[in-house]
Amino acid sequence: MIQNIFHRHRQAPDDLWVQCGGCRELIYRGEFQNNLQTCPKCGHHARLSANERIAMLADEGTWTEEDAGLLPSDPLGFISLDQRYADKLTETQNKTGLGEAMLTGSATIEAQPARLAVCDFSFFGASMGSVMGEKIARAAERSSEDHRALVMITSSGGARMHEGIYSLMQMAKTSAALAQMGKARVACISVLTDPTTGGVTASFASLGDVILAEPGALIGFAGPRVIEQTTKQKLPPGAQRPEFLLKHGMIDAIVHRRELRATLAKLLRIYGAAVSGPSAKRRRGASMARRTNGRASEKSPSNERSKERRSREP
Amino acid sequence: MTEEDAWSIVKRARDTNRPFTLDYIGIVFSEFFELHGDHLFGDDPAIVGGIASLDGRIVAVVGHQKGRTTQERLARRFGMARPEGYRKALRIMRQAEKFGFPVITFIDTPGADPSIEAEERGQAWAIAENLADMVELRVPIVAVVIGEGGSGGALAIGVADRLLMLENATYSVVSPEGCASILWNDAALAPQAAVAMKITAKDVKEAGIADGIVPEPAGGAHHDYAQTGAAVHDALVAALDEIDTSYGRDTDLDVAALLEARYQKYRRVGVVIEDPIANR
Repeated sequence: MIQNIFHRHRQAPDDLWVQCGGCRELIYRGEFQNNLQTCPKCGHHARLSANERIAMLADEGTWTEEDAGLLPSDPLGFISLDQRYADKLTETQNKTGLGEAMLTGSATIEAQPARLAVCDFSFFGASMGSVMGEKIARAAERSSEDHRALVMITSSGGARMHEGIYSLMQMAKTSAALAQMGKARVACISVLTDPTTGGVTASFASLGDVILAEPGALIGFAGPRVIEQTTKQKLPPGAQRPEFLLKHGMIDAIVHRRELRATLAKLLRIYGAAVSGPSAKRRRGASMARRTNGRASEKSPSNERSKERRSREP
Repeated sequence: MTEEDAWSIVKRARDTNRPFTLDYIGIVFSEFFELHGDHLFGDDPAIVGGIASLDGRIVAVVGHQKGRTTQERLARRFGMARPEGYRKALRIMRQAEKFGFPVITFIDTPGADPSIEAEERGQAWAIAENLADMVELRVPIVAVVIGEGGSGGALAIGVADRLLMLENATYSVVSPEGCASILWNDAALAPQAAVAMKITAKDVKEAGIADGIVPEPAGGAHHDYAQTGAAVHDALVAALDEIDTSYGRDTDLDVAALLEARYQKYRRVGVVIEDPIANR
């Protein structure tokens, strides 16, 4: 009986208490919040919504969302379990209050100007569809113009299967856009959070000039279950976690959430200086305003970027 | 498309009697010299590549390689590449850029290898680097999906100026089995997923992603290697001719224009709704 009461108490903590997702200990909610939703006992980092993340990083009152009007559509007429993807999208939008799985916008972090791109795992597991791809591409193009370094806070289950081949192609699109931004000497900082997997890891997330990871985050290409099913081998403890990635040379640093703001501010100060050279003025591009329909075009180019490329020829 | 139709194409795309990359290399090109290794870690047998002559024009060729017998299939890891495979491909493409050789890639993989070894050596990092570098490679790239175009592992050698698909090839963001087991918890529903994701050559062309479809002999590519090889040869020559006409060739190549067109090809891909009011 006593055990039962005790058990019930641990399973259903009231508003004052939060159960840690790592060590399962009960933490006083105020302490948990003060600790930026990390466990004071075991250090476990809880997943954050995009809005919580922005509130935590951006200087108060500096966040301006961009491209909020970019919304997903259902190009394949995809149906899953008798539910149309289009309807599932509306349902998810109503439930989460988000238009898609990524928020982009400008802000300052400790007074350093930046552009943020933040995934929200509660929206279709932050899977990448056309909207996430377009948001990253536009963010990169804006940053090429205004020279704000791009800070990407990633989490994702991979590609948005419901958008088929279009979602796969977003990997190429985001990689292309970041490569272009690099030519304008604008830095890209990746912060990999739990979990970052699949097509997002294999495109923009791992293309940061600096790659940070939050402690304990699952980060990789294939998910652990897929690996275990395919290879019939149990993964060693710690595989696909930040220490593993640091040891194998894939990331630059593991940063506790408490240190993230200061670390980003430092990086923004350092890399912000990189664009002080001859200004690489770029067009914001006809493609910015164009509603895309997935069709490739062979139009001959006649804009500034081509000229700029030519001028860089040896 | 019915489930049976889509699934019969998936089965054909995976048929082990279908011509593989090395078969095409033997039929389509002459003077092939295979290059091995990524100069970093090892030589991945799931990706082959080298330099060859296409009607007297020197090109670099890279492709996934599957095996036919059980032993070969295991040795080639079913065409599932590891980071050293993608890095070998990139090394060969970089060499092509140095000498001004166009790049031809053959795509035929269920996906990138899901293993602890691949993760340790940065599978995601290797794929992303290929995507970013191929967009900027200063020579023409033509990619052909000859069998299975499986997700990021396919795209990692698939960024191109022209994308061709064989008639019975597929190209998808995730395998039909993967889609079915993730969404419906039942891999046996793969045929349904194959229809829903629109993965056949016809679908992918209609989506504006593939630029052309290479016809196969009746019954599929494996019924007549010579005929299929000739069709692939002609399609590759035609694609390169088209690029030559638009951008020039060899020392006359307008690299800036070629790269701008390639950038825009990928920049535009996707379908979104734009609400101008919410954008403010």
